[in-house]
Amino acid sequence: MFARGLKRKSAEEPEDVEGCPAGARAAPSYSLQRQSLLDMSLVKLQLCHMLVEPNLCRSVLIANTVRQIQEEMTRDGTWRVLAPQAAGRAPLDRLVSTDILCRSVREQEGECPAPDMGDGQPDLVPGPAVAPAAQALRSPQSSLWEGDGSRESRGGFQKSLDQIFETLESQASGSVEELFADVDSSYYDLDAVLTGMVGSTSSGPGSGLQAFASATTSPPSSSCRSDLGELDHAVEILVET
Amino acid sequence: DIISTVEFNHTGELLATGDKGGRVVIFQREPESKNAPHSQGEYDVYSTFQSHEPEFDYLKSLEIEEKINKIKWLPQHNAAHSLLSTNDKTIKLWKITERDKRPEGYNLKDEEGKLKDLSTVTSLQVPVLKPMDLMVEVSPRRVFANGHTYHINSISVNSDCETYMSADDLRINLWHLAVTDRSFNIVDIKPANMEDLTEVITASEFHPHHCNLFVYSSSKGSLRLCDMRAAALCDKHSKLFEEPEDPSNRSFFSEIISSVSDVKFSHSGRYMLTRDYLTVKVWDLNMEARPIETYQVHDYLRSKLCSLYENDCIFDKFECAWNGSDSVIMTGAYNNFFRMFDRNTKRDVTLEASRESSKPRAVLKPRRVCVGGKRRRDDISVDSLDFTKKILHTAWHPAENIIAVAATNNLYIFQDKVNSEMH
Repeated sequence: MFARGLKRKSAEEPEDVEGCPAGARAAPSYSLQRQSLLDMSLVKLQLCHMLVEPNLCRSVLIANTVRQIQEEMTRDGTWRVLAPQAAGRAPLDRLVSTDILCRSVREQEGECPAPDMGDGQPDLVPGPAVAPAAQALRSPQSSLWEGDGSRESRGGFQKSLDQIFETLESQASGSVEELFADVDSSYYDLDAVLTGMVGSTSSGPGSGLQAFASATTSPPSSSCRSDLGELDHAVEILVET
Repeated sequence: DIISTVEFNHTGELLATGDKGGRVVIFQREPESKNAPHSQGEYDVYSTFQSHEPEFDYLKSLEIEEKINKIKWLPQHNAAHSLLSTNDKTIKLWKITERDKRPEGYNLKDEEGKLKDLSTVTSLQVPVLKPMDLMVEVSPRRVFANGHTYHINSISVNSDCETYMSADDLRINLWHLAVTDRSFNIVDIKPANMEDLTEVITASEFHPHHCNLFVYSSSKGSLRLCDMRAAALCDKHSKLFEEPEDPSNRSFFSEIISSVSDVKFSHSGRYMLTRDYLTVKVWDLNMEARPIETYQVHDYLRSKLCSLYENDCIFDKFECAWNGSDSVIMTGAYNNFFRMFDRNTKRDVTLEASRESSKPRAVLKPRRVCVGGKRRRDDISVDSLDFTKKILHTAWHPAENIIAVAATNNLYIFQDKVNSEMH
C-alpha cells in the first residue's frame, strides 16, 4: 500500500498540495514522486557540459524548483537528517565525478567559504540517493553560476584542462548513462499528480509516453558522443594546431 | 544546419536566417513579373555568408558557440543593407552591397588586370561602367565584442537608428552603432552573491517609436518597462507587468512555465506580446495588473509537464510574432505545428510546416490535436506528437500576409495570396 522504503511519520493529509483531493490514495506516492522530482532536478543541475557554458536560465529554473521542493518538504517535516556516511555507496560513486568537479572549483575559489556546511543548519538531506548531491547542492549552483567569476580569478589554463579531462573521462566511462539508469516508469506518473491533474485519464505506462522515455535517454548518449569530439578539440589546443 | 533565427527587414523584401553553424542566409523577394504570374513574390537566396566562427575562451576554458542567436536589420539609409547578427558573446554589423557594374577600359591594366606594356599605349581612354552579373558583397563593418559575461539572448535596434541594445542573462548594454570599444550598462540584475540568483533576463526590446523606452522579460514571468531618461542605470522599472498566479493551477512547474521566452512590441507601440511555455499574452502598456488577452497555445501539455521537464522540452524557448496590422499573432509549437490567433474574430488555427503537408502552392490544411472526446479522422493525439520537431522561430512580413517558419533545418515561407492585404 505504501511505497517501499518510505517511512511515513504520521498519516498525514496533504492539505492543498498540488490540487490533490485531501486523503487521496495518491498521498504516499506523492511523496515518493516528489522525491523523484527532486532527484531528477539535482541530477539535471549537476550534469553540465564542461566545454560549453551551461544555460544559466535553465539552471536557475531548476534550482528554484529544487528550492520549492525543499521548502515544501521542510514544511511537511519529511526532510530527514541523514549523516553523509550512511549514504549508499553506489549512488556516491555515480555522482562522484561531478562532485570532484565542484570540489575542485571550490578549492580554487580560495577565499570563498565552503557552502552552508556550518550554517547552523544541520546537514539536512532528503534521502540516501542524493546525499552527496544535496551537500554539493550549493556548490554546483555557485560553481555553475560563478563559473565566470571564479574562473576569471583563477586563470591557469593547465588547471582547467585537468578539469576537462576529468569530466570527459568520467563522462565517457558511461557514468552519465548510469545516472539515468534508475529512471523508471514511476516518473511518468508524476505528470498526473504533480501537475495537479489527479483526475486526468491515466494514459497508462503506455505508448506515447515511451516517446518521453526515449527522449530522456538520448541526451546522455549524445553528450557522450560529443565528449569525444570535445576531447579531440582539447587535444588540438594542447598541441596548438 | 539548424536554423536559429529568422527576421524580415523593414520592407519585407529581404529575409535573413541564422543557423547553428554561424552562417547567415539572406533571401530576397523576386519582383512580380507578368511572364510568370505563379512565381510572383517568391523568395530566392540572395546571399550566404559566415557570420560567426566557433571560439575558445582560454581564460575560462569554455567554448563559445557560433550559433546565431538573433539577427536584426538596420533601417535602410542608402543602397546598402545592414544587419546586426549575434552569437552568445559578440555582435557584428554586416553591410550588404550589390555590384552590378564594373569599369572597363583601364589605361594601365588590361582586361585581366595585368599591367600593360606602356609602349603599346598610344592614347588615353576613360574607363566606362559596363553591366555585369549581379554580385552581392557582404563585409563586416563593426565587431562589438567583450560586452557580455553571460550569453546574449536579444538585440534590438533603437528607433533613433543610432543606438542598439544587447541583453544577456543578467545585464543589458546600450551601444552606439559606430562605437565598438565602449558600451553602457543600463540594466544589471546580478546579485552580489551569485547563490542568491533566482531570476534572469530572458528577452528585451526597444519600443518601436519612443527611443527612451524598452522592455525586458524575466524567467519569473514579469515584464519591466524602463525609461532611460529616468536614470543611467535602469534598475528601477517604470512599469512592472505581472499576472498574479492562478492558485488552482499551481504546481512545481508553475514558475518554469511562466518564464517568458519572447517579448515583442506591437507595430503600433501600444501593446506587447509575450510567449511563455503554454500561452501567448497580449499586454496593454497602460495596464500592468494583467494581460488583456491570453491565448492557449497547447494547453493539452499541462498534464504532461513532468515528462516535459524530464526531457528538457519545458525549457524550449518559443518566439512569437505580430502581423503588420497587429490583428493576428503567431507562435510555434511541437510536431512542426504553428498557431495563429486572430485578435478580432477570436478564431485560431493550427497549421503544420512539413514537406508532406505542404506541396508548393497547395493550401495548408488546418490541423487539430485531439485531447480525448470525439476524434476526427486527421486529428493527432497528444501522445503521438513529435517533441523533437519544434517550431521555435517564426517571422511575419511587416506589411503583407507572408510568414517565415523555421522547422529545425528547413525554412518554410507561406503566403496568403487571396488575402494579401492586412485586415
